[in-house]
Amino acid sequence: MIVVDHLTKRYGGFTAVEDVSFACRPGRVTGFLGPNGAGKTTTMRVMVGLTPASAGRVTIGGHAFASIPNPGRHVGVLLDASAQHAGRTGREILALGATAMGLPSSRVDEMLHLVGLTDGEAKRRLRNYSLGMKQRLGIAHALLGDPSVLILDEPANGLDPAGIRWMRGLLRGYADRGGTVLLSSHLLHEVEMIADEMILIGNGRIVAQGDQRSLLASRGGAASALVMSLDNARLGAALAAAGHAVTPAGPGLRVAATAEQVGRAALDAQVVLTDLRDGGGGLEELFLELTSSSQRDAIGATR
Amino acid sequence: MTTTAQPFHLDVSGTAPVPFWRQVLVELRKSYDTRAGLWLLISIAGLVALVEGFIVVVTVIEGGFIAFSDLAIIAGGITSLLLPVLAILLVTTEWSQRSAMVTFSLEPRRSRVVLAKLVVSVLYVVATLVAMYAIAVVATAICDIAGDGAVSWRVDVSGTVGFALVQVLTMTIGFALGALLLNTPAAIVVFFLYWYLLPIVLFAVGSIREWLGNALEWVNFQAAVAPLGDWQLDTAEEWGKLLVSTALWIGVPMVAGLTRILRAEVK
Repeated sequence: MIVVDHLTKRYGGFTAVEDVSFACRPGRVTGFLGPNGAGKTTTMRVMVGLTPASAGRVTIGGHAFASIPNPGRHVGVLLDASAQHAGRTGREILALGATAMGLPSSRVDEMLHLVGLTDGEAKRRLRNYSLGMKQRLGIAHALLGDPSVLILDEPANGLDPAGIRWMRGLLRGYADRGGTVLLSSHLLHEVEMIADEMILIGNGRIVAQGDQRSLLASRGGAASALVMSLDNARLGAALAAAGHAVTPAGPGLRVAATAEQVGRAALDAQVVLTDLRDGGGGLEELFLELTSSSQRDAIGATR
Repeated sequence: MTTTAQPFHLDVSGTAPVPFWRQVLVELRKSYDTRAGLWLLISIAGLVALVEGFIVVVTVIEGGFIAFSDLAIIAGGITSLLLPVLAILLVTTEWSQRSAMVTFSLEPRRSRVVLAKLVVSVLYVVATLVAMYAIAVVATAICDIAGDGAVSWRVDVSGTVGFALVQVLTMTIGFALGALLLNTPAAIVVFFLYWYLLPIVLFAVGSIREWLGNALEWVNFQAAVAPLGDWQLDTAEEWGKLLVSTALWIGVPMVAGLTRILRAEVK
């Protein structure tokens, strides 16, 4: 539904987004993942016409955003929950949006109810909102026109764990009803739990994309497992005898083998396991690896 | 990636674009739904009530002559001082509060948003006229009934039209400067310098040499607009001066400001 086609955005000599192409499909939640400053927000801003592209283009359902009539009825946008007049009440912000889109005012109450903002909270001015409340209001604003496409920049930012769980359910249900969702985050765990597909971006370039399984499979590399047992010494010896490299890791062992191989070795050696999991770090390691060239901290750490 | 196929087409044929009147409604509502906007309107009304009340009290006690049109012009004069600030706020708050991001993602045709704001400014001028006449009617009536001085009920139609046009032009200057600077305090300061100080400077410079004074009359908007306010634009030269100085004072900042808004990256 959202098609980004060879998008490039330059600011003078600095290239914020370079030749980025991807697509978001209906019925799927697409996670747009990358460290701070990787180009996520710029890409999303180009999508809704707030930033002109230097090259390439973005279409939503085959249209440029600017040519969609009454776009709020088709595309729900939340780019920055704080980008509203701080002196307006939450209800007033939604009422303005509803008026612009030509919706009845009852829609405002529906949305406030949906995102869990009480009447009292809706009467408060935005400057007195916590970041989590602003995010809820922003999501309400994006959903106001009952759009079929949602573009959300860091929507989970500032939400408490219960709020993140609530948003996950909301977006899951939305996608299951056929909606297209694109949401960005710099936190892998947020995206990992919600997204069906992921676009990994670093330094303005797409470094990987696909669903979680294909991303991990494409990475390949050596298997690794973390294991704890009632007798680590005996289990370690058994694994070493089977030809797997074993190193102590905290209260347990790190083994260069799959979880299945470790489990079988433990079965053969008659050792009781208390914990066994994939030690590769999964997506997190992949994410850090792929985006390491754009990670500020990684650069600092090598010095 | 192949993007030649468009498997997911969004059908937008059933959706009407946002009609202009609705955009005007939204922009009108934005002008008074914040404390800044509301208090600006309240303080304008309060100031007018205070001054008119004072005049009424003095007239009733002293029993002097009072004309309806004078009371109307005084009310209008006070509003004209602060209304351009409202026009400035209409444009600049979208940027200082960053709500332009939301506004332009609901109506990507930015020129329509700007035009709607301009229409709201003009609506306020009309509202001002109605209000100043209502206030003048009440004030004159009180003087007529309670006082024992002479009262003139003559309505100055041409003066009212002239006043309205000057008011619209003043609002437009504020609007243009707001669009150009996109910053509330800067636009307000520049507006007052532009509107009150620059004409004096131009007069002063013009008094050095006669030819210079004559030439500067063509660029001094404040001077050129005076015959319009009195509804006495008689000569072609007066018309010429008004057109030239309007183009210079309003046209240039307006075009530059609009270009900036239409092209700017909205952050």
